[in-house]
Amino acid sequence: MKELQAQYKRILADYVESQTERNLYIGQNFIRQLIQKSVTPEEIINIHKSSMEEIYPEIPPAVSHGYDFLIEVMVHFGLTLREHQSLLEHQEELRIEMNVAAKIQNMLLQTEMPKTNALDIGHISIPIRKMNGDYVHFLHNDEDYVSVGVIDVVGKGVPAALCMSMVKYGLDTLEYTNGEPSYVLEVLNRIIERSVDDSMFVSMFFGRFDCARNIFTYGSAGHEPALHYKASEGKFHMLESKGLLLGVMPDVRYSQHEVELEEGDFIVMMTDGVTEFRNQSELDSRKVIEALLLQLKDLSAQEMCEQMYQELKKLQELALDDDFTVVIFKK
Amino acid sequence: MSKKTVVDIVTEWDIVAARQLGRNITKELGFDTVNQARITTAISELARNIYLYARAGEIEIEKVDTEDKKGMIIIARDKGPGIEDVHKVMEDGYSTSGGLGAGLPGVKRLMDHIELKTSIDKGTVIRVEKWL
Repeated sequence: MKELQAQYKRILADYVESQTERNLYIGQNFIRQLIQKSVTPEEIINIHKSSMEEIYPEIPPAVSHGYDFLIEVMVHFGLTLREHQSLLEHQEELRIEMNVAAKIQNMLLQTEMPKTNALDIGHISIPIRKMNGDYVHFLHNDEDYVSVGVIDVVGKGVPAALCMSMVKYGLDTLEYTNGEPSYVLEVLNRIIERSVDDSMFVSMFFGRFDCARNIFTYGSAGHEPALHYKASEGKFHMLESKGLLLGVMPDVRYSQHEVELEEGDFIVMMTDGVTEFRNQSELDSRKVIEALLLQLKDLSAQEMCEQMYQELKKLQELALDDDFTVVIFKK
Repeated sequence: MSKKTVVDIVTEWDIVAARQLGRNITKELGFDTVNQARITTAISELARNIYLYARAGEIEIEKVDTEDKKGMIIIARDKGPGIEDVHKVMEDGYSTSGGLGAGLPGVKRLMDHIELKTSIDKGTVIRVEKWL
């Protein structure tokens, strides 16, 4: 402290003598050092006061008293500053923890894409923040069925991630490869309704493809409708299915519907991060997506997903504002 | 030599009396200007807490001036509602966010040592020390 005070006094004396910009610049650099050494504002004023008194012994007592007053009132500034510093450190710790949590979430929610000759499958899921609020779960335990759940937790960040893990284990435990979509939705609804806070809702689209009969059966809990491209007509059909969001009420019944997939047909399942464009109505965005899919229809399912992401990102001027998830089943 | 003095805290002006007593002792012991300001601020915060939250209580200031130890021990006692979550009041961002002053984390930073005993509906005793 003595050494710092001597340095400060020298810099101050130089400035008072010649008042150059150079002196001021040196002064600011010196203060930077003091801040790094955690010298508090009240200490700096005290250093200033002592330096002034040493340089000008004839300084009026009123000025010295003025400095004392300033030291006194600056104690609170010093405290606030130190509190901010400690909160910043705390924030950094949280950031690190968050990164670890995101890694764990990614590991937990890994889903293996089924390998089957019956279908060409593509999948993309890009989170907007660290923790993904969308989740895709594939089930393919035997050669007869390929199933997929596309899930969107309403709400973001850590609470959504915790809820997601529950959905995943719900699906895991019940091995739903052969489960009817309506049954899967009903069971998950019960699990979520019982265990999750009232403010948390989950939307889900569940589809099951019967490899032998080429039948796609689907049900939805308040989720975005999927799109079915019928190659024979060259047109898209919306696969809508009315159903309440998961977790709102116990004992909800869900309906299910069937479509047949013919050669060249494909089904596109997505979350609202894909269909909700800023400044455009839902109708417009559907048209944009259908036009885009028509251009991409001869690519592999995986390439279609990736191109769709790139093109829609461009369209929204690189500012997607929600998690983005697409799954494509292509015959 | 060790000497204790007590100031009752009932009105806001009693906070000033506690500060004055503390200030005199910091000067007698030879604390520098910055530490005078810090100790007095700590006393002020403790007294203010009593005045605002416990209605009534006291501040005891002990001046320790012996061969091997010089400093001050300040004890704030009240029969107020007590503190429910002790860990929380010692956390940054808790007390100052309500604009109530430096709070206990601030007092802790200003002093060398702090101890807190509290019991719901019976009151709180906070002991802080500062050594020269």
